[in-house]
Amino acid sequence: MYDVAIIGAGVTGCSIAYELGKYQVKAVVLEKENDVSVGTTKANSAIIHGGYDPKPGTKMAYYNIRGNQYTKELCEKLDVPFKQIGALVVAFSEEEKKTLEELKERGNTNGVPDMEIWDQEKLRKEEPNISEKAQAALYSPNVGIISPWELAIALAEVSAQNGVEYKLNTEVTGIEKKDEGYQIETSQGMVEAKYICNAAGVFADKVNEMVNEKTFEITPNKGEYYLLDKSQGDLVNHVIFQCPNENGKGVLVAPTVHGNLIVGPDSQPSAGDDVSTTRQGLDFVRNTALKSVPGINFRESIRNFAGVRARTKEHDFQIYEDKKNKGFINIGGMESPGLSSATAVALDIVKMLGESGLVLDAKEEIVDERKIARFKGLSHEERAKLVAENPAYGKIICRCETVTEGEIINAIHRPIPAVSIDAVKRRCNAGMGRCQGGFCGPRVQEIIARELNIPLEEVPQDRKGTDIITGETKDGGAR
Amino acid sequence: MKYDVIVVGGGPAGLAAAVEANKNGAEKVLVVERDQELGGILNQCIHNGFGLHYFKEELTGPEYAGKFIDMLEQTNIEVMLDTMVLDVDETEKCVHAMNKKNGYMKLEAKAIILNMGCRERTRGAIAIPGDRPAGVFTAGAAQRYVNIEGYMVGKKVLILGSGDIGLIMARRMSLEGAKVVGCVELCPYSNGLTRNIVQCLEDYDIPLYLSHTITDIQGDKRVEKVIVQKVDENNQPIPGTEIEFDVDTVLLSVGLIPENELTRSAGIEMDPATSGPVVYENMETSAEGIFASGNVVHVHDLVDFVTAESQKAGKSAAEYVKNGETEDQTCIAVKNGDGVNGIVPQKVRPSNVDKMVEVMFRARNVYKDVQIKVKSDGKELASFKREHMAPGEMEKIVIPKAFLDKVENGEITVSVEKVGA
Repeated sequence: MYDVAIIGAGVTGCSIAYELGKYQVKAVVLEKENDVSVGTTKANSAIIHGGYDPKPGTKMAYYNIRGNQYTKELCEKLDVPFKQIGALVVAFSEEEKKTLEELKERGNTNGVPDMEIWDQEKLRKEEPNISEKAQAALYSPNVGIISPWELAIALAEVSAQNGVEYKLNTEVTGIEKKDEGYQIETSQGMVEAKYICNAAGVFADKVNEMVNEKTFEITPNKGEYYLLDKSQGDLVNHVIFQCPNENGKGVLVAPTVHGNLIVGPDSQPSAGDDVSTTRQGLDFVRNTALKSVPGINFRESIRNFAGVRARTKEHDFQIYEDKKNKGFINIGGMESPGLSSATAVALDIVKMLGESGLVLDAKEEIVDERKIARFKGLSHEERAKLVAENPAYGKIICRCETVTEGEIINAIHRPIPAVSIDAVKRRCNAGMGRCQGGFCGPRVQEIIARELNIPLEEVPQDRKGTDIITGETKDGGAR
Repeated sequence: MKYDVIVVGGGPAGLAAAVEANKNGAEKVLVVERDQELGGILNQCIHNGFGLHYFKEELTGPEYAGKFIDMLEQTNIEVMLDTMVLDVDETEKCVHAMNKKNGYMKLEAKAIILNMGCRERTRGAIAIPGDRPAGVFTAGAAQRYVNIEGYMVGKKVLILGSGDIGLIMARRMSLEGAKVVGCVELCPYSNGLTRNIVQCLEDYDIPLYLSHTITDIQGDKRVEKVIVQKVDENNQPIPGTEIEFDVDTVLLSVGLIPENELTRSAGIEMDPATSGPVVYENMETSAEGIFASGNVVHVHDLVDFVTAESQKAGKSAAEYVKNGETEDQTCIAVKNGDGVNGIVPQKVRPSNVDKMVEVMFRARNVYKDVQIKVKSDGKELASFKREHMAPGEMEKIVIPKAFLDKVENGEITVSVEKVGA
């Protein structure tokens, strides 16, 4: 029997696993997909928010402020791409200028440090490509850009090294309360655990209802995005928001940690985990973004995607131990600022588990750092040294992002192994660039097949069943 | 150790440039190729139709490449395979490159020729909405799987875009037993060569849907369904014209983009119209001693033309090594006029023109019975009749040196005009 079962390996589940890994606790993460970080975690604005937006007194406000600081620390320690570039909320009218004052006031109440209101002159000086119609902006220096899936992967890897077990391709289908703990029915058989952390994202309400009556409801809400080529990546220097409205923080324009430009999201109701994009959604995003930054060249688009927010009508995180089910902790409604808050939430979840009776004895020795060789960011000298040490770093596989075979082999053999082309992409950026894996996809597929000793046909694009090859040609190929 | 000429890329452009540089006196020539063999994309183009202009015979892609590889092997040109160029340094005139065997290298040269070719536009580039299942490939990526790896990528196929690779793949997939249900083209005309429309679509009864586009891709894990709609004159889908295709595969042939990341990071002047570097009459870029040719400069229709252009670049590089930069830098800018796009070369130094200069470009639209006019300061220098012009076919005109000498304001414009206009 496990002490703790965490349902869902998004950034929330992986954060909890990371914190639990520090203690002598037998923990398992149950994830229905073939990799961690593949739900809401991989498809969002990739922002660590400042904390001026949530209503004071909410869990969102509380955890955003703490998460903003703690996530930054973790990114440094675990080698996760993160840059604290600051954000600007832009006002286009007198009315919106008032909103800036309100946001600043709210930020002060929530504890956001060093915010400033910039006038038009200052704004244009710092952001030369901003619309001429922009009149003023709220500057919040603590806002950061991040690679969200790499954060979840890093947390998962370190926790796995510290003994947390990961059961992937394991979908939870039922939960039964026992005298001691819970019996969890999964697609891979029964799992028993004394405590359950429900971090199932968009499906957290369904998981809750496996053991409970409805205590919260998630109405998934979809947001669509454009990702643009690096040629557009330095169009803005900060995360550019428009004034928030009833649909959330609105369409942003921001550089990404990988050097691209991200534009989005819109907001529309979604069925379950439907992440399809729509012409209307993308058009809305494009036209709204052009209002902030008229010079964006959408011909430089390299990818569109959509992500789903785990929205609740309360518009706040649903974090509590269930009253009727001792040891069953919900972490639901983790919509924005969920990514910004997850690491801080996890600290409190561990506290809650302790208060509920879980014995928390610290491990004597833990892994608490991580270093990834990223060829692209190295100087000429460092590159020469790396290749001399390991010739696999001398072969570029992904030409757009300059990713070497060494990095790909490393991604495949890390504590949570990459088993798909997209899983490799999430770990080392191969296929992230402008050709979107057109050149390197087949090569990455070959390397995965070789390293895992499986047939090429069995290497999927992404999730299980996303097969690329449908058979051999009449001549049966070059092999 | 310093090379006379380093050629970046060992595809058709690089091969021709290297051989020609060598032939014209460059003694130490190096070709750096990122793939494991020379020939570039030709290696996967196993269909015929190559070489009609240059070799006056019909060859397959690998045969065409093979002829140049043979020529190269007769020389002392050095080749580095599996070697990636990471940086081209314009000021130091050197190339940072790397491979497994030699590790990291800084290679110096008197002249550099950029022959990186082009890449395909992807789904993301044209923002096709819908789900993102497996089964959406660029035509070239699918071609590699089928022709090089020996794998099929689908059973029921819809092709978006009537570019030549898409048409070739329509036939190829059909021959391998897949059902190709149609080819969908946004424009009211096809973008491929006429012979490919006939031999790859019509001969296989594959319908061509002009003025249509894909408006939705559906499928959880693999493509299951694709929605196609007719578009109006502004390329907007017309409601009520939806056609559903139950297919597991979408191949995209929606354009090629010159691959100029090295060019850009070297600070070389680019032309937004071609997405390639601005070049002079001898294929020299804005950086002295750095030349470029082939699809990295502008996307060609036929490899034969890539060869011709690259021979020019190779010869110019050898001359530069021998004689240094052209002394008289007086320059005429060649501008896109009405109906004309993507002019190459963008700059001409008359002192460097022997008898005439070739100017290439594409028509912006389909035209019938028109004249291509070359004007300077409103005055007509030359005009050329054309019965038919289309964006899918590169145009070429030849301007005699005598005409260039008449130019007074340093600028000529090429435009398309109705006959009699």
